[in-house]
Amino acid sequence: MKSRLMMKLFIGSEAFFFLSLIVAYLYFWRSAHFTQEALHYLNVKLSGVYTALLLLSSGSLVLAENRQRKRAWRSAHFWLAITIVLGCIFIAGQAHEYLTLISEDLTLGSSEFGSGFFTLTGFHGLHVVAGLVLLAILLGLLLKGHLKKEDALRTAGMYWHFVDAVWLCVFTLIYVLPHYLSL
Amino acid sequence: MMKQWTHIPEPEEQLPDAATERGLLMWLSSVDHKQLGIMYLLASLLFFLLGGLLVLFMRTQLAIAENDFLSPEVYNQFFTMHGTTMIFFVLTPAFLGMGVYLVPLMIGANEMAFPRLNAFSFWMALFGGLLLYFSFLTEGAPDAGWFNYAPLNESNYSTEGIHYYCMGLLLGGIGTVGTAINLIVTILHMRVPGMGYRQMPLFVWMMLVTAFLILAAFPSLNAALAMLLLDRLLHAHFFVTANGGSALLWQHLFWLFGHPEVYILILPAFGIFSEVFQVFSRKPIFGYGFVVASGIAIALLAFGVWVHHMFTTGLGNTVNAFFAASSLLIGVPTGVKIFNWLGTMYKGSIRLSVSMLFAVAFLIEFTIGGLSGISFAIVPIDWQLTDSYYVVAHLHFVFVGGSLFGVFSGLFYWFPKMSGRMLSERLGRWFFWLFVIGFNLTFLIQHVLGMMGMPRRVYTYPQLPYFTLFNFLSTAGAFIMALAVLTLLYNIWRSLRKGEPAGADPWDAYTLEWHAAAPPLLKNFERLPPVRSARPLFDLKHPEQADWKKQEG
Repeated sequence: MKSRLMMKLFIGSEAFFFLSLIVAYLYFWRSAHFTQEALHYLNVKLSGVYTALLLLSSGSLVLAENRQRKRAWRSAHFWLAITIVLGCIFIAGQAHEYLTLISEDLTLGSSEFGSGFFTLTGFHGLHVVAGLVLLAILLGLLLKGHLKKEDALRTAGMYWHFVDAVWLCVFTLIYVLPHYLSL
Repeated sequence: MMKQWTHIPEPEEQLPDAATERGLLMWLSSVDHKQLGIMYLLASLLFFLLGGLLVLFMRTQLAIAENDFLSPEVYNQFFTMHGTTMIFFVLTPAFLGMGVYLVPLMIGANEMAFPRLNAFSFWMALFGGLLLYFSFLTEGAPDAGWFNYAPLNESNYSTEGIHYYCMGLLLGGIGTVGTAINLIVTILHMRVPGMGYRQMPLFVWMMLVTAFLILAAFPSLNAALAMLLLDRLLHAHFFVTANGGSALLWQHLFWLFGHPEVYILILPAFGIFSEVFQVFSRKPIFGYGFVVASGIAIALLAFGVWVHHMFTTGLGNTVNAFFAASSLLIGVPTGVKIFNWLGTMYKGSIRLSVSMLFAVAFLIEFTIGGLSGISFAIVPIDWQLTDSYYVVAHLHFVFVGGSLFGVFSGLFYWFPKMSGRMLSERLGRWFFWLFVIGFNLTFLIQHVLGMMGMPRRVYTYPQLPYFTLFNFLSTAGAFIMALAVLTLLYNIWRSLRKGEPAGADPWDAYTLEWHAAAPPLLKNFERLPPVRSARPLFDLKHPEQADWKKQEG
């Protein structure tokens, strides 16, 4: 109970952090060439695939929690490992996207769009990495049989689902909206 | 039906053992909330002395016109470091330290909810502060003011010290958020059976509200600091106006944090005074519900007033009018509290201990600070007086006359619990009078200097009528305060060596922390009396006139 309340409070605080970054991103949307750059540089289809994989990882984590509650250890291990693999694919995809964009001369310093894009997606990426570390530690403990309490996985799960939800907002804002909206 | 005494169980899991005597190592490795609370207070004291030293240099520079004791560059660094230190590394850790020390004791718990997180948070905050001071070893400390406005904070206008400002405050901010989460979980989950929300001591209530404010306010500072670091190190465009960035965005993000921050620094003081007024007036608080509700109201309104720091940035009359109204509105719940405390004192048998003296002085000084604050909510007055010494006077009346007096009052009240020894009341009175006289001498006159047009944050001033006289008086007041602080240090040192033993309950107080030994043992409580009102110890000592009997009858 205590740890889940702690995680809820932490997530609440993190939500305000991302809200600040999102507001800063929106603040610069009016600046010159912002929408055009978003349309020019970003590959919404490829990123959509990675987004789907990240969302699937939330589903696989729910399955892992479920299996753990039913003491089906092997299948809990399996679904947790699947979650970690999906998260890693997402991060690899983001790294690949960053390298492509940098080779096309979009950087933090190239324009307002560059600053906003890399800051918002970058902080989200860091949160995914932190979540992967967390899940990897839990998988290690689970494999050694040290993790009997359900609380730990559920608590980590809350964080993971939150990071996914943030990505859904970020993806909609950065990748999808420029196709429909120009400020 | 008689309620029984409650036995307080051991924590479920054995924590790293801090009970064994290992000297300094015991403190370094400690996860005990009492030791961490004391370390928080010691860190706060260290930074208080550093920040105070800086201001003595500044007041010396300002003592006479056209002085060249400090260069403009050094003066900029000193006022920036003074403000940053006092707000982030003196007042914040002082209140968090008292919270971490007292909240478990007041709610009848033996530990915080997450002892390791507690230690982590403290060390993050301490190293954040130290990192900030490392900036003096580089080419220069931060020099853009404590609110660090863009574009002054960008690389071409400022020193390398701004990097240390960003990293130091980020570390301190992470620690502060950690402690806030810890306090909330502790308060919501670990109260002794029988203590409902209506029986919680008001200090605990105010710490709870403060903790929620921290969770909502600090993230926007952290985001702004991260963006500033990206600007400075990786050439992002956020706040660089020349590249299409926005200087105003910094102000919005900073004050969206910064205004709640001033309530983060005053609500715990309100909590402390609510305890002190009760105990030293021998009466329960007048209007318990109003104190709690107005605290929550302040916390909610705190997020709707930030633009009153930005009236001169040209956001337009509609925006200004809205924020002027909301800023005037926030005076209401604060005023309610003043009447709660006056009502508590009314017809009480008042004992003017040093703790109570600070509480009474607070009522006066904080009201002055509140009134000058109200005058700033009126937009034309703000336009006239912004960035003058009137602002400096106002903010010191609320930060010193409000928050710092709260720390001092709490220190004299709880020191016997923390150390097991009494502070000398005689030396304490010297400290009180020297400090209050010095404080008023320094800052009352700055209202006038501000209205005469003296701008803040400028390292010197020309020979104008009365400028030298008033500034000299202000400087004299600062040195009187410094003398007062020396008597406080001597008082603490003397008391620790040969102070009068305090006993568990020297003030004949009302709340559970006075039921523990002085100083409390590693395990705070073995058993506790039933909690049926907000004054369980009063009920225990006076069963025939217990508060809960009146409430039921």
